[in-house]
Amino acid sequence: MFDLEGYGPLLLQGAKLTIYVGVCSMVIAIGIGLIGVLGQLSKSPVVRFLVNTYTTVVRGIPELVLILLVYYGVPTLIQDVSAMLGHQVYVSLDPFISGTATIGFIYGAFSTEVFRGAYLAVPKGQIEAARACGMSGALTFRRITLPQMMRYALPGLGNVWMVLIKATALISVIQLPELMRSADIASRNTRKPFTFFFVASLIYLAITIISNIVQQWAEKRASRGVRSA
Amino acid sequence: MEIIIQSLPRLLSGSLVTIQITALSVFIGFCMAIPLAILRVSANKMLSLPVYAFTFYFRGTPLLVQIFLIYYGSGQFQVFLHSVGLWSLFQSAWFCAILSLTLNTAAYSTEIFRGGIQGVPAGEIEAARACGMSGMRLYKRIVIPRAIRIAWPAYTNEVIFLLQASSLVSIITVMDITGVAREIAARSFAFYEVYVFAALLYIIVVYGVLWVFKRIESHLNAYLRMEITG
Repeated sequence: MFDLEGYGPLLLQGAKLTIYVGVCSMVIAIGIGLIGVLGQLSKSPVVRFLVNTYTTVVRGIPELVLILLVYYGVPTLIQDVSAMLGHQVYVSLDPFISGTATIGFIYGAFSTEVFRGAYLAVPKGQIEAARACGMSGALTFRRITLPQMMRYALPGLGNVWMVLIKATALISVIQLPELMRSADIASRNTRKPFTFFFVASLIYLAITIISNIVQQWAEKRASRGVRSA
Repeated sequence: MEIIIQSLPRLLSGSLVTIQITALSVFIGFCMAIPLAILRVSANKMLSLPVYAFTFYFRGTPLLVQIFLIYYGSGQFQVFLHSVGLWSLFQSAWFCAILSLTLNTAAYSTEIFRGGIQGVPAGEIEAARACGMSGMRLYKRIVIPRAIRIAWPAYTNEVIFLLQASSLVSIITVMDITGVAREIAARSFAFYEVYVFAALLYIIVVYGVLWVFKRIESHLNAYLRMEITG
C-alpha cells in the first residue's frame, strides 16, 4: 500500500520502543498513584497537602514543558548546586530514563485521582468487617481494599493508558528513537513526510484499537464475580 | 532570576500567542463539533459513519503526529496545493498549528457533545414533540441547549487539555510560551529557571480559563440556582 523504501523495520523498532516506554511509564504511574492515594488518605495534613499540591500542579503544566524541564533543567540544576558547594561535575540524563520518569510522574497524578475514586467506591462495611476480623490497616488495604479497588479503577486506568501512550510521542523531542522519531528520520531521508507520518499514525491507531480490546476483556474479567441484573 | 526579568516581555507575549491560538481553535472547534455531534447521533449510517471515522482517527493518534502530518506532510503535495492556491497557507506554521489543533479539539468535542445529546432525558424530547416541535426546531430549542449544559464540565476539561497541548506548536517554530522559553533557555543555558517560570505561566493561564468556564457554567445553570434561593 505504501512504499516505505526500506524504512519499515525502523518504524517497527520505533513502535516497539514506544510500547516499551509506555509500559514502563504506566508501571511508574500506577506505583505513584497507589502511593498518592495512601497519602491522600493519610491522617497527617502535611502529607495530604503535599499530595494534593502534586496532583493539582502537575495537571496544570503541559507534558512538553515538564519533559524539557526534567531533561535539560535537572542536570543544570545539579551542576549549579554542586558548583556552589565547590565541586565541578558534569551530569547528563539518558533520554529514555528521563522521558519515562517524566511521563510516569505526570500520569501518576492522574492515576492518583483514579485510585481515589476507586477507593471511595469500596463499601465501608468491607473495611469494618476486615478490622473486626483483626486485620491491621496495612493488611486490610492489601487483602480487602486493593483487590476490590482495582475493579473500579480499571476503566479510569484504561483511559490513563490511552492518553499516556499518545503522550510518549513527545519524548521524540529529546531524541529518543521511538516511533515518532523514527518516522521523522525516515521522512527526512526519503522526503516523503506525509507517507511516514501517516503510517506512524496508523501504528498508533492500531495500538489504541488493541488496547481497547484488552481493556474490554479485562473489565469483563474483573467483574465476573459481580451479579448482573 | 535576571534572565527571567529581562525576558519577561517576550514570555508575556508568548502567553498571548498561547491564549490566541487556543481561543481560536476552541472557537472554530466548538462551531464544528455541534453539527458533527448531531450527525454522529443520526440513525442514518451514511451520516454517522464518516463522523465516527473522523473522531476515531483524531482521538486515536497523538496530536504531534497530526501537527507533523499537516505541517511537514503538506510538502509532499506541494504541486497540487500550489495549483489550487493554498500552498502559501500551508507554509505558515501558525496556520498549520491552528488547523491541527482545531481538527483535534473538534474530534474530542464532538464525542463529548454526542454524550450530552444522548444524555438529554427522553421525556423532554417527547414533551417538545407533543408541543409540535420537530427536526431543526426541536434541536435548536430543546436538545442542543440541554446537551451543552450536560456536557459543559467535560468540555471544560477538553479546553484545558487543548490549552496544554497547544505547547506542541512550539515544535513547528510557533513562538508561544514554550517556544519562547525554549529559545531563551537555549541561548542563556538557564534551563530550569526558564522552564519553571514557563510552567508557572501555564498554571496561571489554566486557572484563569477554569475560572471563566466555571462562570459560564453557572450562567448556563442559572435556572437551577434560582430554585435553591427560591
